[in-house]
Amino acid sequence: MGWINIYAASTSEEHTEVLDFGAVYGKQLIWIGLAIPLIIIVLFIETRFYERFASLFYIASILSLIGLFFFGKSINGAQSWYPIGSSTLQPSEFAKAFTALAVAKLLSDKVFTFRPLKNHVKAFFLIFLPAFLITLQPDPGSALVYFAFLFVFYREGLPPYYFVVGFLLILLFLSTLYFGSYASIPIMIFAVMGIFILILGYLSVYNRKTLKRSWLQFLIIFFIICGYIFSANFIFNTIFEDRHRDRFNIILGKTNDIQGVGYNTNQAIKTIASGGFTGKGYLEGDRTQGKFVPEQETDYIFSTVGEEWGFIGTTFVIIIFIAFMFRILHVAERQKSTFSRVYGYSIATIFFFHFFVNIGMVIGLVPTIGIPLPFFSYGGSSLWGFTLLLFIFIRLDANRSYEW
Amino acid sequence: MRRGGLLYIVILLVGIIFIGRLFYIQILDNQYQISPLNNASIKKVYDYPERGYVYDRNGKLLVANQQSYDLMVIPREVKPLDTIEFCNLLKIDKEFFLKQFEKAERYSTRLPSTFVSQVSKNDYAYLQEKLHKFKGFYIQKRSIREYPMKIASNVLGYISEVNQNQIEENSYYQQGELIGKNGIEKTYEDILRGIKGIKHIKKDKFNKEIGSYKNGVYDTLATPGKDLTLTLDAVLQEYGQQLMANKRGGIIAIEPSTGEILSLVTAPSYDPNMMVGRKRSKNSVLFFGDTVNKPMYDRSLQAEYPPGSPFKILTGLIGLQENVIDESTTFTCLHGYKYGRRGFMGCHAHASQVKLNFGIYTSCNAYFANTYRRVIEKFETPTEGMNTWNKHVKSFGLGEYFGNDVHGGRKGLVPDAAYYDKWYPAKNWTATYTLSNAIGQGEVLTTPIQLANMTAAIANRGYYYTPHIVKDIKGESIDKKFTVKNVTTIDKQHFDPIIQGLFDVFENKNGTAHRSRVEGIEICGKTGTAENFTKIDGKRTQLTDHSIFIAFAPKDNPKIAIAVFVENGYWGSRWAGPIATLMIEKYLKGETSRKYLEDRMFNGSLQEEYNKQLDSLYRAEGKK
Repeated sequence: MGWINIYAASTSEEHTEVLDFGAVYGKQLIWIGLAIPLIIIVLFIETRFYERFASLFYIASILSLIGLFFFGKSINGAQSWYPIGSSTLQPSEFAKAFTALAVAKLLSDKVFTFRPLKNHVKAFFLIFLPAFLITLQPDPGSALVYFAFLFVFYREGLPPYYFVVGFLLILLFLSTLYFGSYASIPIMIFAVMGIFILILGYLSVYNRKTLKRSWLQFLIIFFIICGYIFSANFIFNTIFEDRHRDRFNIILGKTNDIQGVGYNTNQAIKTIASGGFTGKGYLEGDRTQGKFVPEQETDYIFSTVGEEWGFIGTTFVIIIFIAFMFRILHVAERQKSTFSRVYGYSIATIFFFHFFVNIGMVIGLVPTIGIPLPFFSYGGSSLWGFTLLLFIFIRLDANRSYEW
Repeated sequence: MRRGGLLYIVILLVGIIFIGRLFYIQILDNQYQISPLNNASIKKVYDYPERGYVYDRNGKLLVANQQSYDLMVIPREVKPLDTIEFCNLLKIDKEFFLKQFEKAERYSTRLPSTFVSQVSKNDYAYLQEKLHKFKGFYIQKRSIREYPMKIASNVLGYISEVNQNQIEENSYYQQGELIGKNGIEKTYEDILRGIKGIKHIKKDKFNKEIGSYKNGVYDTLATPGKDLTLTLDAVLQEYGQQLMANKRGGIIAIEPSTGEILSLVTAPSYDPNMMVGRKRSKNSVLFFGDTVNKPMYDRSLQAEYPPGSPFKILTGLIGLQENVIDESTTFTCLHGYKYGRRGFMGCHAHASQVKLNFGIYTSCNAYFANTYRRVIEKFETPTEGMNTWNKHVKSFGLGEYFGNDVHGGRKGLVPDAAYYDKWYPAKNWTATYTLSNAIGQGEVLTTPIQLANMTAAIANRGYYYTPHIVKDIKGESIDKKFTVKNVTTIDKQHFDPIIQGLFDVFENKNGTAHRSRVEGIEICGKTGTAENFTKIDGKRTQLTDHSIFIAFAPKDNPKIAIAVFVENGYWGSRWAGPIATLMIEKYLKGETSRKYLEDRMFNGSLQEEYNKQLDSLYRAEGKK
């Protein structure tokens, strides 16, 4: 376990050094300093305490999220922060940890299985409640993190068709957008129809029984998909805000407005690319110093890594993250208690989601979603949030020998 | 439970995709692989060194630099100001102010544009004191050329902004920089220009400067341009330009012992100060557009004329070298020379038994026609004869480019056998077909500088140095090819009888330039009167003859060799002769004794003659 500590600490340090922005740099050091007592507190508390009061923590964090609507401070249009002195605290970062605890608690219940549909609803309610509250702030990026829990549910027995259906829906949604206008909808529908006819054709030859039994279901599914295709455009064009549309369009390659909406992504890629194989050297990143990439100390921190440390640096960071997540998964799998295992899984998926969305966004593979890179991005709340996530798990792991 | 495996696979997959993507953008994709120094975040700031000065051979300043002050404006930064005071300071009216401001705004509100260019030094002094009151305006100093002597514009050339082609050809230049466009400004561009210094400045995304890049390890200091010393004698050059007033043509004076060009006069010309700064664009249209006087056309280098009688010297030398004549060879001249069935080359009135010396100083056509014919016919075929003749003539630097350091120049024409084979496809030509070459008419064409160089070679008795214009580059030696002796194919001993003849052109009372003799200077020279033709309305029309003169002095140890061309100047001793001898006198003695002749040259004009040409041209056009 020790190496994770060192890793967490050292990367945090590296990150603060990489940035050379007086106040921001100093503040982050304070946050790191304050993270140490937090770690100590977390490690001192009895494991059982986490388990027992998981629900309480969860309720508290939900309340804090609700409280934001009354006492929150608005930054960049999102009312997601509590002002504390000159600093701010973002409860949604902590809510992740507490939701993970609650999920672990729920799933570790001896009678809990994913068989009855009622339990599906229970589990999903647990994760969608904070997600919903965060979306209202509005901070949909942070809210999306809660989808990471789907992996946990799957691990604990959620039927895989959620994934299949979800994946298909996303695929359909994106391809509808990709092929664009209303005019192409008939083409899409024909394509879907073609696929269905193929499946039906296959069944009619090899499995007439199933066909006879469920041809009505097929028909219904077909119409649902068609409706979905129609609605995808509708949702995209009416429910989404402009900026969301832009972000999708950039990734799908439909717009290429590097001066306007595509500026962030374009500058980030340029900055990373300018690092080349070995990078420009520590503190030598001229594009970083020119602040060409907006939000480069928070969400776009990875572009600085790319510029100053080059391909070697970025690859190293990615490998470290993968190793880190593998380690958590491995430790989670060896837990004897379901609670610890589920919790471990939860944090692994949360880290993964952050890792995937953040780096994917910076290198232009994922639509722009503003969530931080764990232990890299500037921000006290996220640092503390991740510290909390991680060290509760370390505490749980330390106790596994005495567990029942 | 194997379900845990899914997450492993997904994580690994994402990691691999990420690394692949990073490999692509950081290493493979050239679209983003830009040099760190050539990046939006790095601005290059140039430090322009002062362009080198140019001096004449005696250290007189020919080209200097002067400061010019341009008032620049950044419209966005302009705060409300006292327009009246501002306009008074700059001596502009309000309309001009508004017009310029609108223009600047239209160009860009963030970038500087010129508000008033070339503010005078006085206005600048007043303005500078009060400039702090006018936010958004500032003064940009620029260095422009200045020509204290107002002479030799054809030699000096001018500088102007680089054009797109030059930027593409030479990566050194950026938009808006200056480059030599003509004369030595062009040929010695690299030396005069120096090397600009480059500073790399880091910028942020708002284009604001945030300090030097890597503490300036990539920065370079500007290397100042080097000063040039020309071979020109400014006094002689100025004098030559005065003598050529209202005439067309050129004077080239060369120091035979070195090949240094003492003066290179073309007329008409212009004041080099007219091609400086703001005036340039207006004047260059004027000068380049003047197709009648062609002030931008350097006649001394580029005009190809038939050399006329001075060419007889070469014919004589070749005759001696080929052993077809000697000093006592006598030809008959009965006011001309009959050849073939119908051919007749007229000659001047003089005694009929002609020897070499007499032939030269009376410029007897018959004598040299005979000599030429003997040279060509000495060989079995006219081809062989023609090529031998060609070889001799070319050894005097005719018919080829000099490849020297004055900008421009023409090849001229020295025909060889192949040339006539083309003219007469049957190849049945003989010496008599080409006989006019003997007296410098025919096909031979030379530029004035070639003729001057030929004169220098004769003065040197058989060798010349490639004529050149730069004497000294500060701290650098001049091109080695200018210190290499070019030896002619004529042996030294053959020059003496010829030079004696050239001397007698002045000294003998029947010499063609007897009246241009200068007390106390032993000048050798040769007059020339070249027929020339032009096409008017498709018809070959003979124009008034060119007046030509070549000379060198003193006879022994010559200090100056000169060639003078005056277009349509009737005959050699009318214009070119006096000009040549006045130049020699001026150069050798520093002053001239024949004021009446000088005045005649200063004031004499051939403008009427040129107008006549124009008239007939216009008439022809009118007829159409």
